[in-house]
Amino acid sequence: MSERLRVNPIKCTAHGMCAELLPEFITLDPWGYPIVPGEPVPDDLIGLARKAAAACPTLALLVDKGRRR
Amino acid sequence: MTVVATTRRQAYPARPAARLPRLLAGLVGGRPAGLNQHESSFGPLPLPEAAWSGNEAAGRRAATRLIDVVERSGLTGRGGAGFPTGRKLRSVAAGPGPAVVVANGSEGEPASRKDRLLLSRTPHLVLDGISLAAFAIGATEAYLVVHDDDARLVAGLEAAVQAREVAGIDQVPIQVVGIEGRYVASEQTAIVQHLNGGPGLPTFAPPRTHERGVAGRPTAVNNVETLAHLAMIARYGHTWFREAGTPSAPGTTLVTVSGAIARPGVSEIELGAPIGEVLMQAGGPAERPQAVLVGGYFGTWLPAEEAWRVSMSHPGLRSVGGAMGAGILVVLPESSCGLAETARVVRYLADEGAGQCGPCIFGLPALADALADLAYHGGRGDAVDRIAGLIPLIEGRGACRHPDGATQLAASALAAFSHDARWHDVEGPCYGVRRAPLLPVPGDLESW
Repeated sequence: MSERLRVNPIKCTAHGMCAELLPEFITLDPWGYPIVPGEPVPDDLIGLARKAAAACPTLALLVDKGRRR
Repeated sequence: MTVVATTRRQAYPARPAARLPRLLAGLVGGRPAGLNQHESSFGPLPLPEAAWSGNEAAGRRAATRLIDVVERSGLTGRGGAGFPTGRKLRSVAAGPGPAVVVANGSEGEPASRKDRLLLSRTPHLVLDGISLAAFAIGATEAYLVVHDDDARLVAGLEAAVQAREVAGIDQVPIQVVGIEGRYVASEQTAIVQHLNGGPGLPTFAPPRTHERGVAGRPTAVNNVETLAHLAMIARYGHTWFREAGTPSAPGTTLVTVSGAIARPGVSEIELGAPIGEVLMQAGGPAERPQAVLVGGYFGTWLPAEEAWRVSMSHPGLRSVGGAMGAGILVVLPESSCGLAETARVVRYLADEGAGQCGPCIFGLPALADALADLAYHGGRGDAVDRIAGLIPLIEGRGACRHPDGATQLAASALAAFSHDARWHDVEGPCYGVRRAPLLPVPGDLESW
């Protein structure tokens, strides 16, 4: 079961928490909004990815389980 | 009701022999076609008898047969995305509970006129399509959404709906709804949110509209031209529909041609016709052409000599990295500057954003600034790189496709006008920037 991250761009207000918690996978654009790769989160980062999603102040970071977009 | 329906049943006019025009065959004189005139051109609404019989199982079978015919016809959405209509209807029909049908007539593209033409001149063909789609998916609510700034259009449509009510034509009452005339309000999730009492702004999917749309019910949002085609297919069948167009892009489609063209306006073409042929049908270029904007403000610039041979169809345009959009063609003359035109349109798109997603709120104005620098100032040698660097930071990062449309246009401008772009970047603007703007941008007049 692969997990992918997705951002709800309407909810996201560029707190940048996700990139702070998961810099290996998430980077920020020049305006502070997260750039999330479309490929599955590597296995060793899944725990951190879930934490980042839970820590997002606007709940804009979503973990999609095994489903294609 | 049954009595009314039986008395209305009459012989159909013979199916049209000519391949063209189809939808526009109903245009007579300069006036809107009333109900009588519509029925003498196309015959009455072809709702299957089972629809009125009260026999639910027979009704459902007839509805499935109608969807089969639409699927076999190969009809695709004429609003821009080109999704197969039969497949959309089938998935909405399969959804839980009573469905909702929405006809999208809120033509957001400033360079498109075709939906307005259909709605103002042959409204009953669109209304027939709404009624048939409602029957096919078992809808209990039907909406026709148009921009509220055109009061005459709204009034005309309301009168047409009323004439049908008096004649007892539609099973599901059709409600005409006006929405704000802004670009993003035409997007289907924006329309659904508006019908649900919210702002007319795009929403984040899922839930997808065909699963949970208006009032949380399965909702089919179709462009009004698509529905007009559906009304024709229900009358004359899928084999007839496929007599025009190509096997992979069957049927006819409406295009709006503008810019440096002898006879600008809306015409009906067979899908797959080469763009050059479409432009010659519109009287040919009024000046030596430089490029053609295909698909509208979310579209693609193609150098004129390349565009001439490309076939006007989804597969044809995809093969050159373009998209059909809503069938818009704008001819750019040699004397205009494609970069200046692009800069103006991207500025307009930046201003028209819903203001909901960061990459669009910050990215589009930055892209518009960089394009304006290249078009009107230039001479520093860094604008092309700035534009190329911004595109991937914007693309695919909004809730709707609005930002992607702007980046597609910008990227295609850098490719189609690559020589120009280098010149502007290093030497400064060309003479073309002084020419009066070609692409219409709402609000231009106010700012002068």
